[in-house]
Amino acid sequence: MKEVSNLKKVLEEGNFAVTGECGPPKGADPEAVLKKAELLKDKVDAINVTDNQTAIVRMSSLAACSLLRSAGVDPVLQVVVRDRNRIALQSDILGASAVGIRNVLCLSGDHQGFGNQPQAMGVFDLDSIQFVNVVKNMRDEGIILGGESLSSPPELFIGAAANPFADPLPFRVVRLAKKINAGADFIQTQCVYNLDRFEEWMKMARDRGLTDKAFLLGGVTPLKSPGMAKYMNNQVAGMDVPDEIIKRMEGVPKKKQQEEGIQICVETIQRLKEMPGVKGVHIMAIEWEEVVGEIVEKAGLMPRPSTAQ
Amino acid sequence: MITAEQKPIDEIREMIAPYKKLLVLGCGSCVAECAAGGEKETGALASILRMANKMEERDVLIEEKTLDRQCVRDFVIELDDIIGQYDAVVSLGCGAGVQAVADMFPEIPIIPALDTEFLGETREQGLWVENCLGCGDCMLYFFGGVCPLARCSKQLLNGPCGGSMDGKCEVNPDVPCAWQVIIDRLSSFGALERLEWVYPPKDWNKKQGKGPRKIIREDQQK
Repeated sequence: MKEVSNLKKVLEEGNFAVTGECGPPKGADPEAVLKKAELLKDKVDAINVTDNQTAIVRMSSLAACSLLRSAGVDPVLQVVVRDRNRIALQSDILGASAVGIRNVLCLSGDHQGFGNQPQAMGVFDLDSIQFVNVVKNMRDEGIILGGESLSSPPELFIGAAANPFADPLPFRVVRLAKKINAGADFIQTQCVYNLDRFEEWMKMARDRGLTDKAFLLGGVTPLKSPGMAKYMNNQVAGMDVPDEIIKRMEGVPKKKQQEEGIQICVETIQRLKEMPGVKGVHIMAIEWEEVVGEIVEKAGLMPRPSTAQ
Repeated sequence: MITAEQKPIDEIREMIAPYKKLLVLGCGSCVAECAAGGEKETGALASILRMANKMEERDVLIEEKTLDRQCVRDFVIELDDIIGQYDAVVSLGCGAGVQAVADMFPEIPIIPALDTEFLGETREQGLWVENCLGCGDCMLYFFGGVCPLARCSKQLLNGPCGGSMDGKCEVNPDVPCAWQVIIDRLSSFGALERLEWVYPPKDWNKKQGKGPRKIIREDQQK
């Protein structure tokens, strides 16, 4: 059977898409990946697999995506430019397509200084925008950098990330435009908690016609505790968790905090769903994959289109 | 200029331990400007080494000299008459100076006393900052005179990344986000449209495509 991107199909058919996320284990155990896949399967349209996130050594995203594919899930291969030069990046793109991976998310990656290999040489031979463009030319023109032809082009739905909450705000949309012009078919955003700022950014994106050129998925992460909310706001660069969200988490008894976090997440998804130009959500339940089904259900997004047929 | 910092004294002492007659050799150029290897620092290092040997009752000859430029053969040649008196040289030159001396005097061991750091500027007294990679293909025009390869932690030619907050870099809050500086510079002289351009992948062939680089200028040759 010919592999196709379920995510692409869901979006192109006009459905509100739902993607999930799976961080590979710090080990060689395939069961760890398959267990997460089982928790997310049928609740989302595709699953992102992170690439040594926070610069910590984990099972390769390409191998984990291949495991997901064999379990009948549509994986989104996250690839960072931190660890690979243009030779390795292009090679991995060909390899990904060959094993049936049909979605790629091109990222810069967290700086190597943050992780468990701070002595590592950071590569950054391409930046994420250049990488998007390289993949697009491989797919659409059948050429690699420098113009040489491929014997067979990769088939990939190309994604990029956007952070509406970093500075400077007016330039965030310029960068989104550059990513889309470079060839991004879909965009997944940083976690949305500050809906006002997100709406402002969305308006700027719509005004530039960007929401008609690429599918934009808003990112969400359910909060487990007020501590997590504060940590994300203060310690994670480019994250914006407004005080009212932190207060809401603090305002419920400890036993009810997880429930409140899920409720906030569901309400955010419902707001995103009503926002013109938002074509889906990307749920990043960090080491909390078991609640994704409940969130999708409560947000009124079940059943998923591919399983309903 | 090229910036450097002196190595820890114990590391230097370990490397010079086998030798009895040492020349401590400074350089009056870049490393003097960054207060790492000029005449003053060379004298100070020689004194420290002499004192340490005296306390341990070791009989070692330690003399000092500072060349105007350790990386230029016309100056290194000044050592020709005296170098035979020593069995090793401790160099306070940058990596280029150390190697120029090593190259001219193949028989004599040379010990680096500095860690060479980067191409940078003296921002204020006691503060030096990195701002050039020596890539061989200057792109400063496009970025308003601010190099993203040297000054952005992720070397983005199409930045800023999602970690730019309040003008600071996510990797190190002591460091300004190079892209914020670029945007501020370009907007101050009305050239923000340059940010809309997608810059293609950098041509690193000019830096490393043919191995170590050299410049040949026939018009300058005798």
